[in-house]
Amino acid sequence: MSSTNQTIINALYDDDDVLLSGVKEVRGKGLEIQEVYSPFPIHGLDKAMGLKETRIAIAAFLYGVLGLTTAISMTYGMMIVDWPMNIGGKPSFSWGENMPAFVPIMFELTVFFAAHLMVWTFFFRNRIYPGAKAQNPDPRTTDDKFLMEVVAGGDHSDEDIMALLKDTGAIEVSVNTAEHD
Amino acid sequence: MHYEAPIRKPLIEGEKSYHDITVDVVRPVESSAPRSWWLVFSLALLAFLWGVGCILYTIGVGIGTWGLNKTVGWAWDITNFVWWVGIGHAGTLISAVLLLFRQKWRMSINRSAEAMTIFSVIQAALFPGIHMGRIWLAYFVLPIPNQFGSLWVNFNSPLLWDVFAISTYFSVSVVFWYVGLIPDFAMIRDRAVKPVQKHIYKILSFGWGGKAKHWQRFEEVSLVLAGLATPLVLSVHTIVSMDFATSVIPGWHTTIFPPYFVAGAIFSGFAMVQTLLIIVRKMFKMEEYITIEHIEMMNIVIMLTGSIVGIAYITELFIAWYSGVEYEQYAFLNRATGPYWWAYWSMMTCNVFSPQFMWFKKLRTSIMFTFFISIIVNIGMWFERFVIIVTSLHRDYLPSSWSMFSPTFVDIGIFIGTIGFFFVLFLLYARTFPVIAQAELKTILKSSGDNYKKLQEKQEHVEH
Repeated sequence: MSSTNQTIINALYDDDDVLLSGVKEVRGKGLEIQEVYSPFPIHGLDKAMGLKETRIAIAAFLYGVLGLTTAISMTYGMMIVDWPMNIGGKPSFSWGENMPAFVPIMFELTVFFAAHLMVWTFFFRNRIYPGAKAQNPDPRTTDDKFLMEVVAGGDHSDEDIMALLKDTGAIEVSVNTAEHD
Repeated sequence: MHYEAPIRKPLIEGEKSYHDITVDVVRPVESSAPRSWWLVFSLALLAFLWGVGCILYTIGVGIGTWGLNKTVGWAWDITNFVWWVGIGHAGTLISAVLLLFRQKWRMSINRSAEAMTIFSVIQAALFPGIHMGRIWLAYFVLPIPNQFGSLWVNFNSPLLWDVFAISTYFSVSVVFWYVGLIPDFAMIRDRAVKPVQKHIYKILSFGWGGKAKHWQRFEEVSLVLAGLATPLVLSVHTIVSMDFATSVIPGWHTTIFPPYFVAGAIFSGFAMVQTLLIIVRKMFKMEEYITIEHIEMMNIVIMLTGSIVGIAYITELFIAWYSGVEYEQYAFLNRATGPYWWAYWSMMTCNVFSPQFMWFKKLRTSIMFTFFISIIVNIGMWFERFVIIVTSLHRDYLPSSWSMFSPTFVDIGIFIGTIGFFFVLFLLYARTFPVIAQAELKTILKSSGDNYKKLQEKQEHVEH
């Protein structure tokens, strides 16, 4: 997100349900939530935070189409155009006649392209790669704690926000002015 | 919100909290190995090294070192190949098919089952490789012109379909497995205190931080991968069966092969999962996560798929008679009463008869009995492939070509070597990887943990 020097208020929770109701309450007050770190996916959190639906499945479909196209061009180019072979009496005059024998290849390459390119997209979009610096500021959020980062500002003072967060059930609340990416 | 019907038994026992799950999953990684681990590991390593020796001998001298002859050109190597690929199927079935069906009991077993898939496909891939004879020409199976001239691979051949199917299956399984591992590696990274360990898990975890958007994508990716892996796993054994079904050999040339092979693959795969998990839960004290409930569920799958396999055997026999084709009839009569009758009846006993014990609740919830049957099933499924391959080949169309097959020490050595290699990989995995998908498991704690279920029940009594 933005990398300005805005003040971030951290709220640490120890329960996913408390966190979820906290998120709803904070957003209800018109505050912006920069990020939530959790040790596991929380059902309904993306909706509560107002995140858009992911389009990665659409990408996977397109990659699958690419794989299918690759398989069709490969079998056509190699078996029909470049070096037609008459094997087991299977007709090799046109791609259409020979197509039933190519179905397994077409299927496998569709899956291959869809799966691998989708996962590469997943890594790329999340900016995760071997050796990357841990993205979570608090190491406890991969164990059993949940961290909400609230952007301070607007009509609320920092103290008000901290009091609100305490009310929602946060076990630790602190102000963080460090730069974030 | 975290509601689950009270009739469903808890999947996590021992009153766990989120933190308890973390600690329990990470324990085998952070503590030193139990003595039993070293014992099994040494044995597996010895078997593996013996297998490596036999493979090197084969490559150096040629496949004349095997027991193959002019009539029986495929025997133990392809039997082992099909056996190992089949075992691999259960992992994908648990992690993908059961995900689509929203079966929560998959969560504490899918990681290990999928590790098993990957390790057994590695064993399987060895066999076609060394059976080529000249393994340095293995690149001939890739879609590049042979000898870099202008002759391409043959896309009409099931053997080439197999190359594509197995490599897609292997690589997609690895990726599916790894995506699930990333959050768990991040958990180990954030707990690690030793610098070397921390660094290794930092590399492995890809910097994962559990941001909300990332979890959203993670869930979508898991779902789509499951959707892709489900038809993929069915296609793999279908194509393996086509290696046989498209050739004109009595006993092979049947249309029942694809579904029958897939059922058999799931059957043997689940048996291997049982064997491995019963060892893992004992060795690393995971009894509260891999419960009797899990074992019972898997036994029911074994019973069902074993019965499907049994029906397939009987259908084959019936169709051989009903078809009126003499060659086909002879092939089946020869299987049951010919010189390899013992292999046929071992197969029948192990695969059709033994899983029927699972109708009894007492037996399918007994760990010792389950372990015993899981071994029996794996022996039976090895015999199934041996029966299909060798008994169909050894009686050629010309009686003058009839022969028998007997394995040499090299055949046996390579097979034992792959079992060793498989266990070496699995045991190393069990000590360094999170053996339970803890991030996923934490999502069902509040619906399926025994403490939460009791609490829920109490609240319901108050309300009514």
